[in-house]
Amino acid sequence: MRHTPILRFVAKRVLFGLLTLLVISVLIFGVTQALPSDPAAVMLGRDATPEAVAALRHDFGMDRSLPSQYTHWLGGVVSGDLGTSFSTRLPLSEYITPRVANSLFLLACAGLVSIPISLAIGAYAALKRDKGFDNASSLVLLVLAAMPEFVVGTLLVILLATFVFKVLPATTYLSPDQPPWADMKGLVLPVLTLVCAVTPYVARVMRASMVEVLESDYVEMARLKGMPERTVLLRHALPNSVGPVFQVIALNLAYLAGGVIIVERLFNFPGIGSALGEAVRSRDLPVVQFLALVIAAVYVLTNLLADVGTVLVTPRLRTRL
Amino acid sequence: MTVIDAGHAPSTPSGSASVLAVDRPPSVLRQALRMRRTQIGLVVAGVMVAIALFGPYLAPYGAREYVGSPNVRNAPKTRFGTDYFGQDVWSRFLHGGRSILILAVCATILGVGLGTLFGLAAAYARGRTDELLMRALDILLAFPQVLLSLVVIAMFSPSGFVVVLTVGFTTVPRVARIMRGAAIGVVERDFIGAAEAIGESRRRVLFSEILPNVSATLLVEANLRLTYAVGLIASLSFLGFTPELNSANWGLMIQENGSALTVQPWGVFLPTFAIAALTVGNGLISDGLSRVVAGIDRGKANV
Amino acid sequence: MSGLRVNGLRLEVTSTGHDIVDDIDLHVPAGTVLGLVGESGSGKTTVGLAVLGHTRHGVRIASGAITCGDTEILSLSAEALRAVRGGGVTYVPQDPASSLNPALRLRTQLAEVLEVHNFGGSSAARDARLIEMMREVLLPDDAQFLQRYPHQLSGGQQQRVALAMSFACRPAVIVLDEPTTGLDVSTQAHVLTTVRSLAKAHGVAALYITHDLAVVADLADAVAVMYAGRVVEQGATADIFARPAHPYTRHLVAAAPDIGGAREIVGLSGRAPAPGKRPDGCFFALRCELVTDACRVAMPALIDVAPGHGVRCIRSGELAAQPVVVGRHRGAGVRADPVMSVTALNAGYQGTMVVRDVGFELHRGQCLALVGESGSGKTTVSRSIGGLHHEWTGQVTLSGSPLARASRQRSLEQRMKVQYVFQNPYSSLNPRRTVGDSVMRPLLVAKTSRREAEQLVAEMLERVALTAAYANSYPNQLSGGERQRVAIARALVSRPDVLVCDEVTSALDVLVQAAIVELLGGLRRDLGLSMLFVTHNLPLVRSIADSVVVMNEGRIVEQGLCEDVIGNPQQEYTARLIADTPSIEQSR
Repeated sequence: MRHTPILRFVAKRVLFGLLTLLVISVLIFGVTQALPSDPAAVMLGRDATPEAVAALRHDFGMDRSLPSQYTHWLGGVVSGDLGTSFSTRLPLSEYITPRVANSLFLLACAGLVSIPISLAIGAYAALKRDKGFDNASSLVLLVLAAMPEFVVGTLLVILLATFVFKVLPATTYLSPDQPPWADMKGLVLPVLTLVCAVTPYVARVMRASMVEVLESDYVEMARLKGMPERTVLLRHALPNSVGPVFQVIALNLAYLAGGVIIVERLFNFPGIGSALGEAVRSRDLPVVQFLALVIAAVYVLTNLLADVGTVLVTPRLRTRL
Repeated sequence: MTVIDAGHAPSTPSGSASVLAVDRPPSVLRQALRMRRTQIGLVVAGVMVAIALFGPYLAPYGAREYVGSPNVRNAPKTRFGTDYFGQDVWSRFLHGGRSILILAVCATILGVGLGTLFGLAAAYARGRTDELLMRALDILLAFPQVLLSLVVIAMFSPSGFVVVLTVGFTTVPRVARIMRGAAIGVVERDFIGAAEAIGESRRRVLFSEILPNVSATLLVEANLRLTYAVGLIASLSFLGFTPELNSANWGLMIQENGSALTVQPWGVFLPTFAIAALTVGNGLISDGLSRVVAGIDRGKANV
Repeated sequence: MSGLRVNGLRLEVTSTGHDIVDDIDLHVPAGTVLGLVGESGSGKTTVGLAVLGHTRHGVRIASGAITCGDTEILSLSAEALRAVRGGGVTYVPQDPASSLNPALRLRTQLAEVLEVHNFGGSSAARDARLIEMMREVLLPDDAQFLQRYPHQLSGGQQQRVALAMSFACRPAVIVLDEPTTGLDVSTQAHVLTTVRSLAKAHGVAALYITHDLAVVADLADAVAVMYAGRVVEQGATADIFARPAHPYTRHLVAAAPDIGGAREIVGLSGRAPAPGKRPDGCFFALRCELVTDACRVAMPALIDVAPGHGVRCIRSGELAAQPVVVGRHRGAGVRADPVMSVTALNAGYQGTMVVRDVGFELHRGQCLALVGESGSGKTTVSRSIGGLHHEWTGQVTLSGSPLARASRQRSLEQRMKVQYVFQNPYSSLNPRRTVGDSVMRPLLVAKTSRREAEQLVAEMLERVALTAAYANSYPNQLSGGERQRVAIARALVSRPDVLVCDEVTSALDVLVQAAIVELLGGLRRDLGLSMLFVTHNLPLVRSIADSVVVMNEGRIVEQGLCEDVIGNPQQEYTARLIADTPSIEQSR
């Protein structure tokens, strides 16, 4: 009975997320349809006869009206029929789903590694404010945050795979039909690159949030009540400092989806990154649309989790439900 | 004579004479320049900007000039050998920064300008307009900048103009978020109400009451966005979406020479360190600025 | 020995070694309350925290001794100090809303004090004490209430929780740091009663820090007055108020409005010197009208002018003999010449009405006070009149013609004729504009030529007792009082008929408040202004206004001439409000 308001909030938030996805799907569909040049013509090459192009267009349903194409596409996505790739002529479920799984695995690994690390660094830096660890970590994080992922990745390759230490493979050897964990060693550098890309942001916000909490009246009050320092930190400070960080984690996981494209290219990882570049070039609309929708879904989902998480750890928000 | 006059007379040391002796705190920029990290950042970024701008004049060969057999580390008449295509690595390095830098600056001006406008307008409008504007921009945030840029650039040709537009526009929602956040605090303050009460126009309130009070945040944000724009444009080049195929470009160089890394490392080393130095240098400047701004904010809170 | 004893306490800025407070000697016997009075920046909170062996960031205790009961606080180890804090010596914070942990339930926050100090030796004893504590501070003790989070309580309840926490382990010494700031007078009265009875009943020595003389007069057995980090006068409460012998204390008394009498309050400008900028000799010499050359030589010692009444002034002997003469504020007789009339005003936020059927008339040259506790709707009324709040119905007329809801819909003339002064001068001036620029804006909006405008700005700055030289300074170079003068200059530069003052003195110290009230009174006479003075401060009303409108929960309770309404209230609400307001004159 007491949980009903929270369930209602989650339901409302899920509904809103689905609505956002719907708007996004319209956008994706509209933008990809607006791509100049005819995919059918691109596919058949320069020698194609107009009849052949028309036939192909009919095969792919491109001669129907845009709204009907859209509903057909969306209906397909919802029912699990993702359509057929223009260029490979393979069903998307065969061609692209394993790659999506690979990329999501990469993303999940990066998230699982980076979130605890960045929270710990941020909290500890706040405790040691303006001392050695704080200054050193802030500088390292600053350097990592400034560089684009492919530069961080290249530097890691130089450092760990080629010139300085030769301990890790510079590329991932993974065929698309293998599960991503088949080559764990090859996974280290891509994950490490992503971790380097995202840790600075989360750690900085955690530090700022923790500093604010440590300066708050209630933490001073806890000390004046004679609470041991451990209790002050774990009971009074920490629970109040993680709330604001959830949103930033969500935003950064979504941002990682962009980093994934680059990192996969750098390490030859068979995920959505390479597929997307190729699909954009060859006007493979079903692939582009589906991948864009997947990435948007990751964003919507992480935001949803962050919103719910923030509400759960913040009594002021929770009791208002 | 009332007591006020007596107490306030300039004859007392705390009177008006001393008021004007109080120095106004130096500008954010000047304060930031006193920090070691800002100084280092300025030197590092300055050197890289100089190389990017003037490098092409110093290059011994053209960017697309064939000078010897490919991937030779100590090819004759070259400083750092030849690349995958037999071009001079050093010359391509000197040519490779200018387009990135110029495009990044243009994209930043566009993105930060529009983003600031949206952010301030949303904060000042409050209520439903604010909600609607920010939600719309939030939807754009669902797509990573790289992805969005990739699709748009592929739609058209990867010309410099298209790159500036896409990188600029994808920057807008991010800047708008930050600037709205900064402006929200200003909008709530009473001097905005005071300006409205005497009937100042909305445009005046926006640009001469709110904007000057978020200028420090704007400065930090602009510099930060410049760092990211450099990174993004280099990344796009790395992915093969180069604005000018005929020219050299640091991001492209890393991609081109990546497979021969162990044979001829310079083709990767030089551009990697160049991008790293430029972005990190710029990042150090941003950090110095944001520290000053954070200090100012903390001071305000104590008043 | 019992109670609290502070001897020769000195605190410094760690980095510079400048003293924040020095030479502090206090004694609070068990079962009594010492009022530590001072303006902001006087160092009173610093002293209060030091009693718990605590300093804020960048501050350190340089020397001195603090004895609570039998414990010498400053010689304790960190662990021993922790055991004392919250147990034998406790602290009640200024703002309970920010001092209670927002993420923890009340039970957790209350129980942890008992647990960490192992009160009663068993969890059963602690549970019993928890219930007892709640009853002592008159809060519900049921499980459901204890399950609440701080934000689910009213401000008064939050402060009671903080009080319960501080009395939990039967402390010997309790430090209360302005615990009633921001509370309504009725809530304040309840909190003060609780503090007094608990301190007496359990033999607690209470150090009560405040800027409010009336509260001290009401509550404390003895008073210590602080100025610029020194105790300048201390003694029994009755002595201090009857025969204040330090010029600063005398100014404080002369500047304090009082519900018991329509005082003509007198201000004092200038500010107390900050640490590191303090002169040789007496720190008050800069602002003292009785200053002699001898004052500038050395800091006077705290010398008794009477048994137990110490004063840090070389002229205290002559001053102790002269009582502070307080003039009486006479309200101007109201001529029936309405400038503004408000009829059937209803206002709200997003459909929720917070002001209902408010109506009053403001006459030429009149000062009308609009009084109410927080949430009474008084500010919504004033903002609606000023065109800053747009969601209202009813009629507001200025010289007979109706005003539109929003300021931008009003004519230029109307906008210029009704001017608004905001509560917080730190927020109402654009920090990026010079003072001159800010004051000039209304003139430029009214299309006055720049040259003429500059002339008018200079004149107006002189009028508010600043100089024309202020025009080039920025707000962050000015004190709060100076800023408020600038805000007043900005409001008056376009020669308005009606000046709406929204709590204009509530962010200011008492001496500055009195100076601003004096200034407004003078301007009203000289310029023939009509003023709507919005405030929660009933005593202040007596010192400035002719008539008063009392509001509660969005409605007018009572209105009329000040002496009638306050002297002889007809409504129960008004009578209770007056009774709950602490008073210097009536506590004698």
